[in-house]
Amino acid sequence: MVELNRPLRWAVRLLVLGYVFLLVAWPTLAMVRQAFAGGVGKVTALFGQQEVQHAFLLTGQVAVQAVLINLVFGVTISLLLVRYEFPGKRVLSALIDLPMSVSPVVVGLALLLVYGPRTGWFGPTLEHWGVQIIYSGTGMIMATAFVALPLVVREVVPVLHEIGDDQEQAARSLGANFPQTFWRITLPSIKWAVVYGVVLSLARCLGEFGAVKVVSGNVIGQTQTATLLVESQYHAFAQQSAYAISFVLALVSVACIVVVSLLRPKEGH
Amino acid sequence: MSIEVRNLTKTYPSTSGSSEPFVALDDVSLSLPTGQLTALLGPSGGGKSTLLRIIAGLDTATTGSVEIEGVDATSLPPQRRNVGFVFQHYAVFKHMTVAKNVAFGMEIRKRPKAEVRRRTQELLELVHLGQFADRMPSQLSGGQRQRMALARALAVEPSVLLLDEPFGALDAKVRKELRDWLRRLHDEVHVTTVFVTHDQEEAMEVADEIVVVNQGRVEQVGSPDQLYDEPANDFVMGFLGDVTRLGQVRLRPHDIDVAVQPGAAGAHAGVVTRMLRVGFEVRLEVEPDGGGGAVSVVLTRSHAHALDLELGSRVWLTASIGAVTIPAMAAV
Repeated sequence: MVELNRPLRWAVRLLVLGYVFLLVAWPTLAMVRQAFAGGVGKVTALFGQQEVQHAFLLTGQVAVQAVLINLVFGVTISLLLVRYEFPGKRVLSALIDLPMSVSPVVVGLALLLVYGPRTGWFGPTLEHWGVQIIYSGTGMIMATAFVALPLVVREVVPVLHEIGDDQEQAARSLGANFPQTFWRITLPSIKWAVVYGVVLSLARCLGEFGAVKVVSGNVIGQTQTATLLVESQYHAFAQQSAYAISFVLALVSVACIVVVSLLRPKEGH
Repeated sequence: MSIEVRNLTKTYPSTSGSSEPFVALDDVSLSLPTGQLTALLGPSGGGKSTLLRIIAGLDTATTGSVEIEGVDATSLPPQRRNVGFVFQHYAVFKHMTVAKNVAFGMEIRKRPKAEVRRRTQELLELVHLGQFADRMPSQLSGGQRQRMALARALAVEPSVLLLDEPFGALDAKVRKELRDWLRRLHDEVHVTTVFVTHDQEEAMEVADEIVVVNQGRVEQVGSPDQLYDEPANDFVMGFLGDVTRLGQVRLRPHDIDVAVQPGAAGAHAGVVTRMLRVGFEVRLEVEPDGGGGAVSVVLTRSHAHALDLELGSRVWLTASIGAVTIPAMAAV
């Protein structure tokens, strides 16, 4: 630890606190105030509306399915990246990070290019078989899963590196086959990384906007998620309800992270 | 024979730069009888751990075969070889209690619960961890963890017990204790055991038979006495103890007789240039009159005292009767 002298220490603290306040705390507080500007009654009335309820339900369904898919693939990919050597490993690793660096709107457009029902590369064939991806739940889940793909992998990979494969080798030498080793040894060791990755993904999926907007078609009462509803309410000059919906979205995400930090065992127990 | 290794070769593709593949094991053949405690001894990077891991099935050989208890195990996965493996860094299951760690192999084999419980307790008593059954591994010391790992490996009643530098990560005192204890345990349990070490004292003290491995090849196989008294080559002699050169031969520093006056035929005269006392022994360096590099000599403290040796003393050196000597290479 570097020892700073007292005035410098205070200056650094002030700088950091000021930065976080201006960037995060103040805007969030302002949003909460706006959400409740018309009183609590108006907010509860808003959530009585069918279109709002449907938007939240859809958001939940899409997010949960996308997270489950990412959980399975994320853990599998992590094991592949850490425990095995194969040609193209670095390419795969770079591809995993792609969704982090590419704007979600681009992701949506890319999916449209491949799966679009009329002009897509693969879409018309699927349409012919009666499978619709774009403008349906499937497309929205795909877009959301794409965007949140790196979160589980990037949580799990460093932990897998850290625990090494000693324990897995020991389990194998004691007679455990691959599934037994995975369920009894590997998974319990990476449990908290997986939980953390899932929660981050969930928070990310609930808030996904750009990619979903492109592939969903934004049909009210059908493919309109909570974030899309926020936008349409805002443009319809219903700012207060836009803020109220935003507030609930933010609340759920914060709750996710709080729950995990409570569940997570203290470091170095 | 419990373990038969035939013509084992292991090469790794070359790392960037050199085009030659790295040869970890070079046509190694070895047979280890049932019930014996064998040490694989050699310098780091010599291939001994690779050999052990191939026997366990944790690594695969490039060519060659491994037979365990008469069964060809070359392509069997580790879980079907019935070997117990103990790792240098213990490889404890961190999220399980000590008892659960030991019971793991038996639970995988779906043994009845009562039997698992009874045998776990027995094994924990055997490794003196009876009262630690409900602790987590993080609450144990290094030596205790390694004993737990040993109990865990023994729990599956392996036909072969393999230990990879089992005491390498422990401090000197615990190391010595565990070494004695492993010897006694082996006398009790009698399972065919192979352990890897780079410490010649450890190998000599514990093993029935030592296999000296260097640069992917077996240099010599024999009992500790055989290896010490009849080293097959320069490397084995040098690895099992200090070696010095006296005239035309190489021999151990304690196999040199020191006299303070001329007399013996063929004695090499010289001057003591360094004198160092370590515990009960005194180490000398003697510069021979004819040149050719300093000769190291070790003698007991009382002997050095009786001869009244000090820096600058003139001495006459001869090889002791019965000393192990090998001809010195020209131009060392």
